[in-house]
Amino acid sequence: MSAGPDTEPERAVAPPPVFLERQSYRRRRLSDAARLLPILGAGLFAVPLLWPSEPEEAGAVSMSSAIVYIFCIWVLLILASAGFGLAARTHGGSDTQGPERD
Amino acid sequence: MATLNVLILVCLGYVVLLFGVAFAADRLAATGRSTWLRSPLVYTLSLSIYCTAWTFYGAVGYAARSGLEFVTIYLGPTLVMIGWWWGLRKLVRVGRSQRVTSIADLISSRYGKSNTLAICVTILAVLGVTPYIALQLQSITLSFSIFAEADPSGIYNEGASVFWVAAGLAVFAILFGTRNLDANERHHGVVTAVAIEAVVKLLALLAVGIFVVWGIAGGIGPTMARIDASEIGTWGVDRGRWAAITFLSAAAFVCLPRMFQVMVVENDDERHLRAAAWAFPLYLLLMSLFVVPIAVVGLDLMPEGTNPDLFVLTIPLAQGQEGLAMFSFLGGFSSATSMVIVAAMALSTMVSNHIVMPIWLSSQGGGVSVSGDVRDIVLFSRRVSIAVIMALGYFYYRLSGGGAALASIGLIAFAGIAQILPALVGGLFWRGATRIGALAGLTVGFALWVYTLLLPGMGGSFMSEAVMTYGPLGLGWLRPQALFGIDGIDPMVHSVMWSLSLNTAAFCIGSLASFPSPLERLQGAQFVNVFDHSAGPRGWTGSVAQSEDLMIMSQRILGAREAQEFFHAEAERQGGRGYLPEPTPTFLERLERELSGSVGAATAHAMIGQIVGGSSVSVEDLLAVADESAQLLEYSGQLEEKSSELSHTARKLREANEKLTQISLQKDAFLSQVSHELRTPMTSIRAFSEILRDTEGLQPEEQTRYAAIIHDEALRLTRLLDDLLDLSVLENGQVNLNMGDGSLREVLDRAISAALTGSDRPLRVRRHRGSERIPLHTDLDRLGQVFINLIANAQKYCDAAEPSLTISVHDVGGQVVVDFIDNGSGIPADAQSMIFEKFARVGSDKAGGAGLGLAICREIMQRLGGEVSYLAGQEGGAFRVSLPLAYKQAAQ
Amino acid sequence: MSRKVLLIEDEPNITEAIRFLLTREGWQVETHAEGTDAVDVIRATQPDLVILDVMLPGKSGMDILRDLRDRDEMRDLPVLMLTARGQSRDRDMAEKAGVSRFMTKPFSNTEVLTAVRDLHAQASRT
Repeated sequence: MSAGPDTEPERAVAPPPVFLERQSYRRRRLSDAARLLPILGAGLFAVPLLWPSEPEEAGAVSMSSAIVYIFCIWVLLILASAGFGLAARTHGGSDTQGPERD
Repeated sequence: MATLNVLILVCLGYVVLLFGVAFAADRLAATGRSTWLRSPLVYTLSLSIYCTAWTFYGAVGYAARSGLEFVTIYLGPTLVMIGWWWGLRKLVRVGRSQRVTSIADLISSRYGKSNTLAICVTILAVLGVTPYIALQLQSITLSFSIFAEADPSGIYNEGASVFWVAAGLAVFAILFGTRNLDANERHHGVVTAVAIEAVVKLLALLAVGIFVVWGIAGGIGPTMARIDASEIGTWGVDRGRWAAITFLSAAAFVCLPRMFQVMVVENDDERHLRAAAWAFPLYLLLMSLFVVPIAVVGLDLMPEGTNPDLFVLTIPLAQGQEGLAMFSFLGGFSSATSMVIVAAMALSTMVSNHIVMPIWLSSQGGGVSVSGDVRDIVLFSRRVSIAVIMALGYFYYRLSGGGAALASIGLIAFAGIAQILPALVGGLFWRGATRIGALAGLTVGFALWVYTLLLPGMGGSFMSEAVMTYGPLGLGWLRPQALFGIDGIDPMVHSVMWSLSLNTAAFCIGSLASFPSPLERLQGAQFVNVFDHSAGPRGWTGSVAQSEDLMIMSQRILGAREAQEFFHAEAERQGGRGYLPEPTPTFLERLERELSGSVGAATAHAMIGQIVGGSSVSVEDLLAVADESAQLLEYSGQLEEKSSELSHTARKLREANEKLTQISLQKDAFLSQVSHELRTPMTSIRAFSEILRDTEGLQPEEQTRYAAIIHDEALRLTRLLDDLLDLSVLENGQVNLNMGDGSLREVLDRAISAALTGSDRPLRVRRHRGSERIPLHTDLDRLGQVFINLIANAQKYCDAAEPSLTISVHDVGGQVVVDFIDNGSGIPADAQSMIFEKFARVGSDKAGGAGLGLAICREIMQRLGGEVSYLAGQEGGAFRVSLPLAYKQAAQ
Repeated sequence: MSRKVLLIEDEPNITEAIRFLLTREGWQVETHAEGTDAVDVIRATQPDLVILDVMLPGKSGMDILRDLRDRDEMRDLPVLMLTARGQSRDRDMAEKAGVSRFMTKPFSNTEVLTAVRDLHAQASRT
């Protein structure tokens, strides 16, 4: 029977101020970037679609390079995601306008 | 050589360990000391049930056949997790705020709590997941058989082992998945066991990978060279499949019932998502890091015809690394068991909530308000569901023969589950999505999936060669793998493309063409704007009489104690007392959500509807839905608050009115009494004053006597008025207590002399002055007034020939009591209960009192924090005054 | 012929006042202060007129009156009722029970005397 804080209505949403403080502004842009991350990732993972798909074709990409490419992108995405998470946590705090909420 | 027996022993030991861990975690969670159980780490690890035996064993086989294509299975979830901000965050918030129990429950709840939809999703999920469970059983059995082949002494029976594996997993899932009912009370035990299995399978795969790269191939460089030299040495992935499977795995990651279970239902804290957003992709990366090297080395080393799906086991065995092989086996075993257990739990919840419970409820003619605990029935139905699902998986395995490559079954299941995606995403982001649309989309997608992928994949017995080649009834454009004549695409891509696009189209057209019910629109607003207002839909109206029925019903589902606590808390929240809150819309909505945590949204809605008699959606509610702006939402929130304030006030007024009516009745009786008491002395006064005035020739002694009567009666009147005023002041609590210090003896001394002075009736007072040395801190005059009253009472009413009063002081249980006992006949038992009431008098003797004395004494003692009572069972009339303990101590 | 009045009243001072008044008028005044056995006392005393208080210990004047009216021999006995409660409800009840005259305390002596005279005159005529 736990009535967590999430079950409480959060009805009164005050209109956000037109101009944000510098810190809040930075936080907003950070969250924008975090939102773009999966799109960037999808695009980078789609790059192999441009490679020749038949091994016999000229300019065939070797398996090792393919592995290196895929895993490097992967690691980059993870690092970026972790970075955003960390940044959001250090900036976040109690600010309701932070990247945690709308 | 590791024998089969050793393997089985290790397996059993491992399972016992998991049991222990799960049990300990449940215990720990019950004591509330389980902060680490709720850490982001455990959450992330629990997500790893995505990696089943299919990925543990199958990925290597997949890589051996199709090169890097296997990695798409991991790329999809990676993108979903990295993009948690877009979708998962909302999904988790909605799931938690609506107390959703499963993906079917979520879809049903979003589209107006429709049970039809819930049933559709449930059936789809069972159809999609059953082959998947069969797959896990197969992988465990296959891995057993690898060891059995290596152990000639063992007698290995494949059929029996599958059976025992299935039975064992069912028992584990039942034991830990259905211990408690409230799905939101989270299965800490299972989640912890799953997290441990996640670590084991990751370490096992890494160990094999490290052994292969550094132990066999000789480091990274040589491994890379070996990869390029192998038969999968160049990039050769089908473009369509690369994109389609990435998308499919992303969709399945969100829609799979087991993923929904760990990601949403078992989620303790939304913030865990932020950590899992990078940690889970990292886990996936590590899981796939060594897949290609293992595959390549396996292809090199192992003889032709070896099943590449089992390279993870066979390579260490062939290299004589039995310990490593055993560890690897445990990794595969972990992957399979954790998936099966969570999937069975999730599916059983769906089957029980959306199929079994509705049937059971409708078969109960008496309705839901009949008393009796249904929790046992719910739990029982979940347990049976788990057993049935495991049995389905077992029979699927036996019937299919377990031959097909692992990965293909997995992908077919993914494509089936992904049919939920349009309804899910549409429901979360588009308020226009309707139940009709969702049903249409699901039906179309499901049918196309069955026709283009499931049946062709199951082989000739289900779909004839003729149909495959020429289409049904010779209609070429309906060929299962070339719909509308579009030929030459990979069957997988073909099916995903057609089923999902037509599914989405049907969903959109159905939604646009139909009109949602008010409840759907409310739920739609709740889901889409979950971050603006997390309150549930307002829609119930009920009357007080229904509270009791609701209570009875809730007790059966939540359990008596929990239900009573919930109702009591709600009653207090409403500002009333007792155990039955008024069935306000807010209360009903909370109750519904509480119940839906146990039996699902649709069932909970139906149960409450059966009692309350249908929901009413008011104009304000619809306004709230129709209007987009936060200001208006806020405004309507204020309206609602005001209206609830109004009904609250009305209730208070009603209560006050009842009280007033009661008081007015008492007042009538009181006034009538007062009138009588005033008129009686006035009658004498008037009569005798008229006699004195009008009668001539009165004797002087007569004159004196009559004047004395007038005087006495006038005194009586004064006394009465004094008493009345005194009582009224005491009763209104306006009295100012004049606290002072003194001893009991002094108070008694003064009281006795005041009561007996000027009295013509003799009364002997016996005391034990020694015991009266008790210091007091109280209003001494008021206490004295009580004593005077009691002594005067004895003096007036004691009917003994030689009246005497004994005043004794005792310590009764740490409290000082003063007893006043006379030697008269006392007060009859039937009158004892009312002597402290106003105007109560016993017997015919009207020795001047108006019957207010004892009432005043009682009031005074209440003010002083003590008590005065009649002491029955004594020789004569006996009163006991209990002095408040605090006063005694305060004075010491 | 002596006129006998029975006064049933539990308040000694009121009893004394009425006794004084009626004795001077030539009445023989009998008194009783209990409600419980009042009907028996009335039967034993055979008064020409009864003055009855409402609030009596043991049995209320209303009940005594009803009992009287239930008995043939006392159906026409004049009863003057006195009450200190003075609510119109009491008057209605008394009239329903068959009271001859109803008076509220405090009364004026003249009123009582007049009422007693009237009631006695009426009873003698019939």
